[in-house]
Amino acid sequence: MPTDAAPRDAGRGSLSDVVTSDAALRRFLQGLPGVDAVGLEARAAALGTRSIKTTAKAYALDLAISMIDLTTLEGADTPGKVRSLCAKGARPDPGDRSTPRVAAICVYGDMAAVAKEALAELGAGEINVASVATAFPSGRAAMPVKLADTRDAVAAGADEIDMVIDRGAFLAGRYMQVFEEIQEVKAACGAAHLKVIFENGELATYDNIRRASWLAMLAGADFIKTSTGKVAVNATPPNTLLMLEAVRDFRAATGRQVGVKPAGGIRTAKDAIKYLVMVNETVGDDWLSPDWFRFGASSLLNDLLMQRQKLSTGRYSGPDYVTVD
Amino acid sequence: MSTPDTHSSARLSVLKTYKLYVGGKFPRSESGRVYEVTEAKSGQWLANAPLASRKDARDAVVAARKAFGGWSGATAYNRGQILYRIAEMLEGRREQFAAEVASAEGLSKAKAQARTDAAIDRWVWYAGWSDKLAQVVGGGNPVAGPFFNLSTPEPTGVVAVLAPRSSSLLGLVSVLAPVIVTGNTAVVVASKAAPLPALSLAEVLATSDLPGGVVNMLSGDTAELARPLAAHQDVNAIDLAGADAELAAELEGAAAENLKRVLRPDGDDWAAEPGLERMTAFLETKTVWHPIGA
Repeated sequence: MPTDAAPRDAGRGSLSDVVTSDAALRRFLQGLPGVDAVGLEARAAALGTRSIKTTAKAYALDLAISMIDLTTLEGADTPGKVRSLCAKGARPDPGDRSTPRVAAICVYGDMAAVAKEALAELGAGEINVASVATAFPSGRAAMPVKLADTRDAVAAGADEIDMVIDRGAFLAGRYMQVFEEIQEVKAACGAAHLKVIFENGELATYDNIRRASWLAMLAGADFIKTSTGKVAVNATPPNTLLMLEAVRDFRAATGRQVGVKPAGGIRTAKDAIKYLVMVNETVGDDWLSPDWFRFGASSLLNDLLMQRQKLSTGRYSGPDYVTVD
Repeated sequence: MSTPDTHSSARLSVLKTYKLYVGGKFPRSESGRVYEVTEAKSGQWLANAPLASRKDARDAVVAARKAFGGWSGATAYNRGQILYRIAEMLEGRREQFAAEVASAEGLSKAKAQARTDAAIDRWVWYAGWSDKLAQVVGGGNPVAGPFFNLSTPEPTGVVAVLAPRSSSLLGLVSVLAPVIVTGNTAVVVASKAAPLPALSLAEVLATSDLPGGVVNMLSGDTAELARPLAAHQDVNAIDLAGADAELAAELEGAAAENLKRVLRPDGDDWAAEPGLERMTAFLETKTVWHPIGA
C-alpha cells in the first residue's frame, strides 16, 4: 500500500522551514512515519511475481539496457579497461545494431577524463560519464578533500557525480552536517547531476533509509542511490521500493522530481524487470526513463543481452557470445 | 476393535514423489507439470514423474556450466574415485533398481537383476578409465625440433544426453558414465516411458560426492526438451541415443548452429562390451609444445 510519508499538513513548497535549524530538521526526519517492514517486504515480493512476456519483455529489456550505468569501480581499473567498457556501452551487442546504448559509464574520478575521451572517439557523446566522488566508498575524509574530489571529477568532464553520505554522522544523528555536506557537494558539482548514495546496508533500518531519502532530497539531490556495491547488502527490492515511495511523496509535497538508482547485486534480466515493474507500479510512467531511473551494474548488461538474443533468435544464448568486460 | 494382526496389514503405503535433479538439488518442474508413468507390461500406474519444460532444461544447462570448471579441473584420479563411489552406492540399492528396471522394462525378476548388475559393472568399468584414457588417446608426438610435443584429451564442456528409450538403466549408464568420466558435465533427458530408474539414479549421484550440477537429470517429453538443448548456444555436444531417426535429423541441424559435437544413434546394443568411442566422442585434443632443456 502507498504509505503517505509526507506530513499530511505539509502543503506544496512548505518544506523550506524544516531545514532552518538542526532541531527543526531532526524533528522533521524523526517525525516521518515509521516503515511497516513486513508490509514493505510483502509488497516488494508481490511486485516481483508479475510475468512479463513477448513484446512487453522486449520493451523492458531495451529499456533496462538504456538505464544502465555501466560500472567499473575496482582498484585494478586501467585506462584500457575503461576504454573497453566505453566501447561496450556504446555498442553493447556488436552483432545487433538495434541494441540501445547504456545511459552512462560509471568510474572513479581519475578515470573520468579517459572515459570522456573514449566516448567522444566512439561517437557516443550522448552517453554520460558518471564519476564517484567524496572519498567513495567509505566517505571517511575531511570536507575540503571531498569537495576537491568532486571538483576534480567535474573538471575531468564528469556529467554526473555519485557522492556517498557520511554514514557515521547520519547514524550519530548529526543530520544537519549531512545536509550541509550534500548542499556543498551539490554546489561544487555545478552543472553536473548529483546522485547521493546512502549505502543502505550500513543504515541498518528501513526508517533510516526513509529519513536519508528525505534528507538528501531536501538538500538538493538529483538522484538517490541505494548503495556503493562494496558492502554485503546492496540494492534489494524492499529498500528500492521504499526509496521510490519517498521520491513519489517528495514530488507530491514539493513538485520536484528526483530519480532513483539501485546499485549492486542486480545481475539478471529477471531481477531488472522486477525493478521496472516496481517503478511502474509505484511512481508510474514519469520515472520509466533513463533520466529518472538507473541501474548501477556491470554483469547485468550481459544477461540482458543474452535474453535479448534469446528473444530475437528463439534459442538460448550463452556467455561465450557476450564480452567478458 | 481391530486385532494386532489387521493393524499391521492396514498400513498405508508411502508413495514416492519423483523429482528432477538440477544443480545438486531435487526441484519439481518449473512448469508444475507431471505425467503418469506406467508399468511396461500391465499398463498399471507406477508413479507420477515430473514433465520438465524447456526452462528446466535451460536451468540445467546453467547448473552444468557452473559445475564444469570444478569437475574438469579435478584430477582424473579423483573423478575415478567418485565414479567408483557411485558404483558402490548403486550396489547398496541393487534390489530397488532391479525392481524399478523390472517394472520399467517388463522383465522377469531374474533378468532385471542381471541388467542391473551389468549396469553397475559398466559403471565400474568406466570409472577405471578416468586416469588411463590420456595414455591411450593422448601421447608424445615426434616433431622436427628441440621440443616436447604432447597431446592430451580435454573434456569438451556441457553435453546434452538423450538417454536410450528402451534400456532404462543399463542404457542410461552406458551413455552417462563415458560423458562425465572425462570431465564433461551432463544434462540428461531420461527415457520418457521409463524414467524412474534414472530419477532414482539421481539420488545415488547426490549421495556419492559427485559435485552438484555435474549431472542434471530431467524427465519429460524427449522432443520438447531436446529441441532447446540442441539449439542452446552454451551446450557443447549432444548425444542423440534416445532420439528417433526423424528427430535426430532435426536436432543435428539445430546443433550445427554452434558446431556442437554430435553423437548419432546407431541402434546400440547396450549389452555388448563398450569401446572407447563414447568417451572419445566428447573430447578435444590439446597439444602443447615445450622446449627441451639443454
